[in-house]
Amino acid sequence: MIREPNFQYPFLIGTIFLFAYLIVRIILWYIELSKYDKLRFIHFWKTKSVWAALKDAIADGLLHSSIFKKNLLLGYMHMSLAFGWFLLIVIGHLEVMVDRRSLNFPFYYAVFYRYYQPHPDFAGARVFGALMDLLLLIILSGVALAILKRIKKQIFGMKRTTKLKPFDKIALTSLWLIFPLRLLAESLSAAYYHNGSFMSNTLGAWFIQNVRVSAIYDLSWWLYSCSIGFFFIALPFSRYMHIPTEIVFIFLRHAGIMPKKYWNSYAQIQMYSCSRCGICLDACQLYEAGVSNVQSVYFLQYIRNNENVDKSLFGCLICGRCQEACPVHINLNDLRTALRIKASKPLTFSYGYTQMALQQKTDIIYFAGCMTHLTPPIKFSMARIFNFLGEKVWYMDEDKSICCGGPLMLAGQYDSASQLIQKNTELIMASGAKTLILSCPICYKAFREDYVLPGISIKFHAVYLNDMIRQGRLPKINLGFKTIYHDPCALGRGSKIYDEPRYVIDSYSQRMRLKKEKAEALCCGAGLGGINLPIETKNKVTFEAMTYFARFKPNVLITACPLCKKTFARDRRIPVIDIAELTARAIDEYVNEQKKSVREARLIES
Amino acid sequence: MSTFDFLKVRRLYIDYDNLDQELLNEVIREEPSFQWCISCGCCTATCSAGNHTTFNIRRISLILRRGEIEGLEEELKKCMLCGKCTLVCPRDIQLRNVVMNIKKIVLKKKTA
Ligand code: SF4
Ligand code: SF4
Ligand code: SF4
Ligand code: SF4
Repeated sequence: MIREPNFQYPFLIGTIFLFAYLIVRIILWYIELSKYDKLRFIHFWKTKSVWAALKDAIADGLLHSSIFKKNLLLGYMHMSLAFGWFLLIVIGHLEVMVDRRSLNFPFYYAVFYRYYQPHPDFAGARVFGALMDLLLLIILSGVALAILKRIKKQIFGMKRTTKLKPFDKIALTSLWLIFPLRLLAESLSAAYYHNGSFMSNTLGAWFIQNVRVSAIYDLSWWLYSCSIGFFFIALPFSRYMHIPTEIVFIFLRHAGIMPKKYWNSYAQIQMYSCSRCGICLDACQLYEAGVSNVQSVYFLQYIRNNENVDKSLFGCLICGRCQEACPVHINLNDLRTALRIKASKPLTFSYGYTQMALQQKTDIIYFAGCMTHLTPPIKFSMARIFNFLGEKVWYMDEDKSICCGGPLMLAGQYDSASQLIQKNTELIMASGAKTLILSCPICYKAFREDYVLPGISIKFHAVYLNDMIRQGRLPKINLGFKTIYHDPCALGRGSKIYDEPRYVIDSYSQRMRLKKEKAEALCCGAGLGGINLPIETKNKVTFEAMTYFARFKPNVLITACPLCKKTFARDRRIPVIDIAELTARAIDEYVNEQKKSVREARLIES
Repeated sequence: MSTFDFLKVRRLYIDYDNLDQELLNEVIREEPSFQWCISCGCCTATCSAGNHTTFNIRRISLILRRGEIEGLEEELKKCMLCGKCTLVCPRDIQLRNVVMNIKKIVLKKKTA
C-alpha cells in the first residue's frame, strides 16, 4: 500500500535545482578551459586513465582515504558522512527494487521508504532494515564528530574558520539536521507500524509511550524532506560545493590538465575542491609562529568569499608543505602564484642596463647565483671540486652577475623575470656548453621550469656530485661525522630531488634518519616567497626547525641551499655546511691521505 | 644620466619646508623594519643591480627619508628582487618588501 502525500516536494525541488546548477556550472567551467585542455579532456575518456580517475574519485571523494592516512578520526568523520550517505542511497534504492520487484518507481521513494511502506514483508526486509539502521547510525556518529570538531576548534582558538557565510550556515545546519530528522521520522513510522529495525523500532517504542505520535508524524517527514531540500539548494553557495567539485577536479587532474600562471576555471575548480579539512594548518610552520591568515584553508576561503587577500597572499613562504599534505592534492603553490602574478601586475621592472659578461666557449657552466655569492665557502668548494675533477668550467656569474629570475617569479613578477631569463639564456647558449651546474635550488627550479635551453643538461650540484661519486671520479671516504640532511623546499618538494643528496652525504658521513624529512621536511623560514613576513616570524620558524634538528644531536647539519645555510647558520646550535663543502672536505682528506701514504711508502723505501 | 648617482648630489641643502614624509610613513606602516635603517650601505655593496649600474638602494632609502620621491618608482625598476640586500642587512630590513611597497604605493597615488 502506498499513500501519496506531498512532503516530497521540498526534496524534489532541491534535487532538481542542485543537478541543474551543477550541470550548468560544469559546462561553464569546461568552456573556460583552454583549447588544448579541452582536447586533452576529450581524449582522456579514450584512455586508461579514466579508471585511475574513477578509483581516485571513490577513494578520495567517498572513502576519503587520503584524509585517513593523515588523521584517523577526521578520516572517519568524512567517510562516515560521505560513504555512509552514499550507501544509504544505494541500498535504499536496492531495498525498494527488491520489495517492488521493479525498477520503475519514482526515485524519491527510497528516500521516504519507511513512510511509503509500512509493512515491509518481502524476503530480506529485515536484513535491509537492519542495514539501513546501521548506516544511519554510522552517519549519525559522523555528524556527532563534526559537531564536536566545530566546538573543539573554537577551544583551540581557530575562530577564523567559524566565520561562516549565511549559505554556509544554512547548509551546515540542514546537513546536520538531515540525519537526526530521518531517524525521527523513521522512528515515528516504526512507532506506528514497527517497520524499522534495531534502532528505529526501539526509539519508536519509546515514542509511542511518551509522545502523541499522530500529532507530529507527518510533520517529521516534512521536516526531513525540507532539510534535504535546503541542503541541496544551499550547497552550491556553501563550502559543501567541494563535494561535487572534487570529483570534477579528480577527473580533470587525471586528464593531465595543468595549473596555469593565470586564474582560470581549473584554478577555480581547485579552490572549490577544498574541503576545509584543516590538514594544511598542521603542516604550516607559520601557524606555530603565530601567523594565522596565510594558511591555505583560510586563504582559499578568503578568495572564495571575495575578501581582500593582498596581505595574506604575499605572507606565505611558498614552502609547499601544505600542498604536500593536502588530501585533495590541490596545487596550492600554483594557485598562489597565479594570484601573485595578478596582484603585482602593475609593478614593472626593467633591466636594460645589464652588461653582458664575457662569453667563453666551454663544456660546463657553473652558475653560482645571488645567494651563493653570499656564501663564498660554497663557491670555493665547487671550484675545489671542479679542480679535483680536472674540469674546465666557466664561472658564468663570477663578476657581473644577474639574478636567475626565481625570486622575481616568487613575487609574481614573471614578465620582469623573463628579461633576466632572456639575458642568461643568450649567455648560456652562446657558450656552447653541454652542462649547466647550479648550487642554489631556487636557481635550479627557475632554470628547470622557466628556461628553454635546448641541448643543455641542467644539473643541481648535489646530483652532479652524486654522478661523479657513482662514476668513481670522486672518492668515497668517511669523515666520521654524524650528520642530518635538510631538504631545501625548492629542491625537495619543489623539484622532487631527495635521493641524490642523501647518497652524497652517505658517502662521507653517518646520516641520521629524521621523521620530518623528504616531502615532509621543514622550511628554514627564509623562503623568498615570504615577501611581507616580519623577520621575527621568520626567525621563529628557523628557531623551531633548528630545535627539531638539535634533538638528534648531529655534529653537522648539511643543506643543499645557500639560503638555508645562511639562515640556519645564524642559530649557533649546530654547525651548518653545504653538501659541496662536505664534498670538498672529503676531497681534501682524501688528498692528504694519499700524500701521507706516498710519504710513508718513500720512508719505507729509503 | 641618472639622478640617483651617489657621488653626484643634486642640491647641497635639504628643504625641510617641503619635506613630504607621507610615502615614507606608508612604507614603514607596511614594512615596519624599514624604520631601523642605519644607512650603513651593506645592501648597496652587495646589490645585484648595483653591480651593473649606479642603482643605489641605500640612497633610495635616504632620499625617501628626505621626502624626495620624484622618479623613485622609475629608479626602483632596476631592482631584481634577488634578496641579497635583505640577507646582508645588519638590521634585518626586509628590503624586497620595501621595494615592492614603494612601487605599489607610488602607483596607487598616481592612479588615485
Ligand atoms: S587546502 Fe587541502 S589540506 Fe587545506 S583545508 Fe583545503 S583540502 Fe584540507
Ligand atoms: S606554503 Fe608553507 S608557509 Fe605557505 S601556507 Fe603552505 S605551509 Fe604555510
Ligand atoms: S643594509 Fe640595512 S641598515 Fe644598512 S643601509 Fe641597507 S637597509 Fe639600511
Ligand atoms: S633585491 Fe634589489 S636592491 Fe636588493 S640586492 Fe637584489 S637587486 Fe639589489
